Amino acid sequence: MSQMKTNGTQTRSFGQRMNALWEYANPVKFMALSGKVLPWVIALCALTLIPGLIWGFFFTPEAANFGNSVKIIYVHVPSATMAINIWVMMLITSLIWLIRRHHVSALAAKAAALIGMTMTLIALITGAVWGQPMWGTYWAWDPRLTSFLILFLFYLGYMALWAAIENPDTAADLTSVLCVVGSVFALLSRYAVNFWNQGLHQGASLSMDKEEHVSNVYWQPLVLAIIGFGLLFVTLLLIRTRTEVRRRRLHALMARERMMDA
Amino acid sequence: MIALLIRDMRLAMRAGGGFGLGLAFFLIVVTLVPFGVGPDAEILARIAPGILWVGALLACLLSLDRIFQLDFEDGSLDLLATSPIPLEGIVAIKALAHWLVTGLPLTLAAPFFGALMHLEGSGFSWMFVTLLLGTPALSMIGAFGAALTVGLKRGGLLMSLLVLPLYIPSLIFGAEAATRGMAGFNANAPLLMMAGITAGSIALLPFAAASALRVNLR
Repeated sequence: MSQMKTNGTQTRSFGQRMNALWEYANPVKFMALSGKVLPWVIALCALTLIPGLIWGFFFTPEAANFGNSVKIIYVHVPSATMAINIWVMMLITSLIWLIRRHHVSALAAKAAALIGMTMTLIALITGAVWGQPMWGTYWAWDPRLTSFLILFLFYLGYMALWAAIENPDTAADLTSVLCVVGSVFALLSRYAVNFWNQGLHQGASLSMDKEEHVSNVYWQPLVLAIIGFGLLFVTLLLIRTRTEVRRRRLHALMARERMMDA
Repeated sequence: MIALLIRDMRLAMRAGGGFGLGLAFFLIVVTLVPFGVGPDAEILARIAPGILWVGALLACLLSLDRIFQLDFEDGSLDLLATSPIPLEGIVAIKALAHWLVTGLPLTLAAPFFGALMHLEGSGFSWMFVTLLLGTPALSMIGAFGAALTVGLKRGGLLMSLLVLPLYIPSLIFGAEAATRGMAGFNANAPLLMMAGITAGSIALLPFAAASALRVNLR
């Protein structure tokens, strides 16, 4: 890691900037920066999530053949989006840990797992609640639903492995390897499941393709809600990663105390 | 390497090695299912490929912790890790030994157990082919799971939680190929996909498993 001092006025090459980015893998710098950024992220999150949800819940028309139940989309779609993206983020941080051995990276992956699992669970439950009036069933072995159940299992295994290993560095290594291998198999499962059953679920709610798109009235608050959920994730992630860093420091302090006593 | 293969197979087959336990477990699963769903031959024949696949998968899972656990406990894994053979090769050999004493017998037995499930005509050969191509992946993925959990006190339950989701693609394509083949449809696509997963697992997973083992032996 470069020890170069970040200097705002100096113009630097792209490579140097990237090196400067790695500085935040240093726990001290990470704590300082995240402490400063956190209140802003919380504020931004509140500014997007709350209006997005209120707009979506109270100020959108009821859809013709969906009724009021359509409004669950403002929780369902953002949480589902986050559930997948959080796994991708865990994959990236795991790779960073395996390649560059930055502790913050491993701790961020650990911190993200519970949030990701919760998002998956929210998506599954809201989907079930929505599915009952729409399809007449809480659960169907539809590709999307099944993929999410599988994703949930992957999160479960990942977190169980973290919980089972005492040495934090060993745990970080093994869970990172599991995350990388698991990602490949999760992707394979996605295609296998598609192959296995054609589903009830509608296509993507948001896509570049205007034909499939949900109409504008629903689309705008939905985008706001997704941004809000993204910021909510960043908020929770920062808080949880900071907690993990502090926990590591606490363990180090306690170990030092014991050494002094002995 | 061949010596290691023979050693592992001998250990597995001799007393306490649990050889045959997997087969017995497979038999029990196949026996229990008709009790659960009723003796209707039509239903049984329809679900037979799925049940045989799930049974094989669970039977395979049962013996996974033996791949590394005993060697880890008595220290021979450390010896193997310092031997001239790369650890990746050792993992692959151990997975092969596991397949020879678990996957292969299961594959050979599946057509016979299929008779209990009223499997028909071409079903026997389809079960045999899909299991033959699919079970090596189960052993290899299992070796990876075993490598991850080898240092843990009660790793068995955790390992099933880690390994079973990884089995999903093989299971889906394997059971699908068998079902399609039996019904007389073209089963090439799922069969090739499953064979691809097996080949990919054999090629890549030894590296992942060896890196996990190195962490655990550290």
